Amino acid sequence: MPIIATQDPTPAGAVVGTPAKQQRGQAEVFGERIIEALIYLCGFSAIIFVFGIFFFVFREGAPFLAKLKVGEFLFSTEWFPTSQTQAKYGVGALIVGTLSVTMLAMVIAVPFGLGAAIFVSEFCKGKVKETLKVVIELLAAIPSVVWGFIGLTVMSPIIINTFHVPIGVNMFNGAMLLALMSVPIMVSIGEDALKAVPDTYREASLALGATKWQIVYRVLLPAAKNGLLAAVLLGVGRAIGETMAVLMATGHSVRIPDSIFDPVRTLTATIAAELGETSKGSDHYQVLFLIGILLFSITFVVNLTADLIVKGVKKK
Amino acid sequence: MSAATSNLPATRLFTETPFVRKKQRRELIAQCFFGGMAAAMVIPLILIVGYVVVQGAPSLSWEFLTTNPRLGGIRGGIWSALVGTIYIVTISLCVSAPIGVLSAVYLNEYAKDNWFTRIVNLAVVNLAGVPSIVHGLFGLGAFVYAAGMGKSIVSASLTLSIMTLPVIIASTKEALSAVPMTFREACWNVGATRWQTIRRIVLPNSISGILTGVILQVSRTAGETAPVMLTGVATFKAVESTGLFLYNPITDQCMALSMHLYYIATQASNAAPSLPFAIATVLLCAVLAVNATAIGVRAYLRSRKKW
Amino acid sequence: MTTPAPEPASQPVKTAPKKVQVENLRLSYASKEVIHGISFHIEPNEILGIIGPAQSGKTSLLRCINRTIDFTASAKVGGTIKVDGTDVRQMRNVYELRRKIGMVAPLPVGLPLSIYDNVAFAPRTSGMRNKSDLDGLVEKCLRQSALWDEVKDRLDSLGTKLSGGQQQRLTIARALSHQPEILCLDEFSIAIDPVTTMRIEDVLKELKREMTIILVTNLVQQARRLAARTMFLWNGDIVELDTTEVMFSDKAKDKRTYEYVNGIFG
Repeated sequence: MPIIATQDPTPAGAVVGTPAKQQRGQAEVFGERIIEALIYLCGFSAIIFVFGIFFFVFREGAPFLAKLKVGEFLFSTEWFPTSQTQAKYGVGALIVGTLSVTMLAMVIAVPFGLGAAIFVSEFCKGKVKETLKVVIELLAAIPSVVWGFIGLTVMSPIIINTFHVPIGVNMFNGAMLLALMSVPIMVSIGEDALKAVPDTYREASLALGATKWQIVYRVLLPAAKNGLLAAVLLGVGRAIGETMAVLMATGHSVRIPDSIFDPVRTLTATIAAELGETSKGSDHYQVLFLIGILLFSITFVVNLTADLIVKGVKKK
Repeated sequence: MSAATSNLPATRLFTETPFVRKKQRRELIAQCFFGGMAAAMVIPLILIVGYVVVQGAPSLSWEFLTTNPRLGGIRGGIWSALVGTIYIVTISLCVSAPIGVLSAVYLNEYAKDNWFTRIVNLAVVNLAGVPSIVHGLFGLGAFVYAAGMGKSIVSASLTLSIMTLPVIIASTKEALSAVPMTFREACWNVGATRWQTIRRIVLPNSISGILTGVILQVSRTAGETAPVMLTGVATFKAVESTGLFLYNPITDQCMALSMHLYYIATQASNAAPSLPFAIATVLLCAVLAVNATAIGVRAYLRSRKKW
Repeated sequence: MTTPAPEPASQPVKTAPKKVQVENLRLSYASKEVIHGISFHIEPNEILGIIGPAQSGKTSLLRCINRTIDFTASAKVGGTIKVDGTDVRQMRNVYELRRKIGMVAPLPVGLPLSIYDNVAFAPRTSGMRNKSDLDGLVEKCLRQSALWDEVKDRLDSLGTKLSGGQQQRLTIARALSHQPEILCLDEFSIAIDPVTTMRIEDVLKELKREMTIILVTNLVQQARRLAARTMFLWNGDIVELDTTEVMFSDKAKDKRTYEYVNGIFG
């Protein structure tokens, strides 16, 4: 009795099945490839846009680079862009303005922000925690122009009356606003960082008889320090990049401040305030774009650092 | 008779020594200290916002909301600014939501764990950190001049979409990664393609997170001033009609609530002092309402969780 | 008068076609090789049991057969796996392959859809639209997997809300819904109770008539009950492959088989 043979294998690459099934199969594979291409394109979009931002801002400011003396640009405090005879474009005072407002804001925001993060994460339960988190989330949603308005009309008189200074729109005002604006980010990211510390650390400490404060100080803060540092850095990044609030609340004076109640000008506010006055292609116009590149670079570095720190945490 | 009980001295498991009481006191102090910090943040804020609302509320009326501003913006209502904000928000989200969601789909579902993915993630983080005024400069250079769209609603909207993109990507990615891997594997095992799995199982079950992320960007877009002041929002624009279709998005500039507030607060000296408070109140209420909606949507969809 | 047809002169000796033919299969994750060049075949309509300790490559082997190994970026596959004579790694339409092969994972998975939609998922993705066709198919699969009686009144309820044993039977129904020719079960009884396990084993005995079954199991006795031939896979090598009778007796060729089967090591 003949036994049926081992069939010759169908040639490699053949699709098995009836012709109708084959057609549907091919359409299936093809359709899937098209959708995948679209998704991949969207995936790259972030890279395209980051480069795009750098490119287009650079393009508008690039012509001035030929005349630019980098040292004078960055460190000179003589900012006279509208002078007819001798226009000067030193942003030193502006950089000091940005840094001083940011640092003062961080001095205020970091303790309060981290303290609030610790409170929400460790000392708070149930309904209170939920409510507090919602309030902080709503705090984060207040637009910066409203903050600037508050600084201008509400805080300015308070500062004049409380500290007996002549001008209420100054570094301190701006710093207060920036602190209130960056705190929500710090609280939410800080809380995530603390939540990421495993409960086993807390339980082990409790078993040893530690109080909550000791747990926080000796166990949690060291364990979460990378995440908390990243939270602070992101707050700094936000503060450096803030425009409207500082535009409205720090005053118009482009000089290095003597006290925290002096008006200052930040890099961001300068662009916002002066771009409207310039004509396209003029030196002043181009310099403002170069300031934009400067800002982009600063926030790029800050965000990169924060990201590397967080990645360092994840690698552990 | 058992001798087990009776003669042993009564021992207490926990004795409250002065040391223990000191520890408990420290604990209480710590709680108050941190609670105080949280309160120090929250309470002044509520007071300030309350003050603004109290100052602004008396000027609010249906007429105020639905009349157009006139006389350079210092008189009249805020209708055209409101409508302008709605235009900008709608157009920008119609662009950034699809791109953002698909981008997150790429990152969470397709991207392999290599250096290229790392760069894409880095780009998203950096895009999120770009200052708003630099976005405005980009919009000016790219949309207004290079693409030739001029200062218009589309230029402003596209500028804002690039701004909201990274946040939508991040929140969508989080929503997608909450869907368990076992669902995807079960679909692949029965011959579904990757996209079929995403379309039928992953996306429908992450809609809560995605929607919340998009809604939250609505309020952010409505409040932004710096990117739009350079690219398409004017301090004043006279409009004739009072309906909803006041502008041609491609050619017209528009007014927006955020810009209107800035202008009135800083440059309009003849405006009634309560006007900026009123605008700020409207803006705050809008932002609050949108965010409350997002939180509500999130809570509702979470309660209907399917696994 | 008819003469009997003459026997064809030179008829080549032919053997029955194998359903699955694995030749020199190698698999490594990153630089670590987990399957070291194994070769075996599976006859049509037989139940092949695969036993072995954890981390032996049993699950990886199944994933190579239906090519879900493709989803693991670090996996590198060598050698050939032929299903009905076609090398699965050369197939362009991998989805068609996966529909030919039903897979049941160790942990029960109910998709977050209604029970009806769970079973109708695969037919719908391959284009079936007709409501009555779907109804019929859903009922048939649920009956085949011994779940119909328990859920026939609540086909609209969520698949994720069923018990573990029900979800595992739902997974089997889903696997059957695309009418596979090969059914792979990967330690299906790990997370379910013994009663349901027995019911499913009865189901498998029925299904054997229609399809080929690969039964990976950590319960050695389960292979003994169900499989015609059994393969002992250990650390990525086939220690022994023979009829179940031989594997479970003292006629097993390899001493390790005897030891594993009798619980001397696990």
